Amino acid sequence: MCATCGCGDEHHHEHEHSHDHHHGHDGHDKVVSLEARVLEKNDRIAADNRAWLTVHGVAAYNLMSSPGAGKTTLLERTLRERRGRPVSVIEGDQETERDAERIRAAGARAVQINTGAGCHLDAAMISRALTELTPAARSVLFIENVGNLVCPALFDLGERARVVIASVTEGDDKPLKYPHMFRAADVVVLNKIDLLPYVAFDVARFAAHARRVNPRARIMHTSATRGDGLAEWYAWLEM
Amino acid sequence: MHELALSESVVAMVRERLGEARVVRVRLQVGCLMAVVPDALRFCFEVCTRDTTLDGATLEIDEIVAHATCRTCGSTFAASSPLAVCGACGSADVRVVGGDQLRIKEVEVV
Repeated sequence: MCATCGCGDEHHHEHEHSHDHHHGHDGHDKVVSLEARVLEKNDRIAADNRAWLTVHGVAAYNLMSSPGAGKTTLLERTLRERRGRPVSVIEGDQETERDAERIRAAGARAVQINTGAGCHLDAAMISRALTELTPAARSVLFIENVGNLVCPALFDLGERARVVIASVTEGDDKPLKYPHMFRAADVVVLNKIDLLPYVAFDVARFAAHARRVNPRARIMHTSATRGDGLAEWYAWLEM
Repeated sequence: MHELALSESVVAMVRERLGEARVVRVRLQVGCLMAVVPDALRFCFEVCTRDTTLDGATLEIDEIVAHATCRTCGSTFAASSPLAVCGACGSADVRVVGGDQLRIKEVEVV
């Protein structure tokens, strides 16, 4: 979804230019109509990222979830089982290189971004990471966002699609508690379904909640450890 | 915590457009579906503007509601949440649009 206007389209926003009536020489306060989007700078860089990725035929996916939903495990398995296309990964965490090391051990190139106090990745971080990573033409790029179901929803990175990962150990009301994140998703992956016998998680109720906040998102059910549902995941990724 | 990043963006955008002009007031439009907490935004704005051309500027926040249409009974109403429920028939099958603004409307300079 487009993070600026909330629409479902991957479209290019026009840069709105201000009509500055800023004179400022007569000693009086002047009201200047700016009419600028707060995230205009981020969205401009995201548009540049998207253009670069498109020109190079790189399919970029923004993976978002709460901490511990299984993003890195899903990626590790995806990397081990991938067939044709080369894959690289941008890893976002507040601290440590641990996830990038896991990804490299699974055989893909990875750049780790440590956001420090920051709670999300932004387009400028991705732009810098792309320079470092230089993903191969016609490859797949996964961007593993900081584990957080609130802030990453606001920031367009230039990705092709947004994937929100939830897990059955989290409770089936997650879409209602974090509606902004689920509204922003193109795909909702419900992970850890191998644990369903041990938890009080209602898959149908989760789907109904997800549909209520986002009727157009595709929902997949996976177990990244046991392998359930991964054929559909790979098919969607065209891997 | 994205209020901090948003405040930094506001300062960067204003300085990009107005250069070194001294800013005393900033008016924002914030849609109610953007998960922005006005008080948190005010707090972060104060921190981010310190020692800039916006130091001490007043922050005005216009909160913009979303528009909802009930798919069951067809009534329309203003919504402040993506989970709005129809007040007329009680249905939760509601289409919510708008409320996604994050704009700097105007600033006052001296």
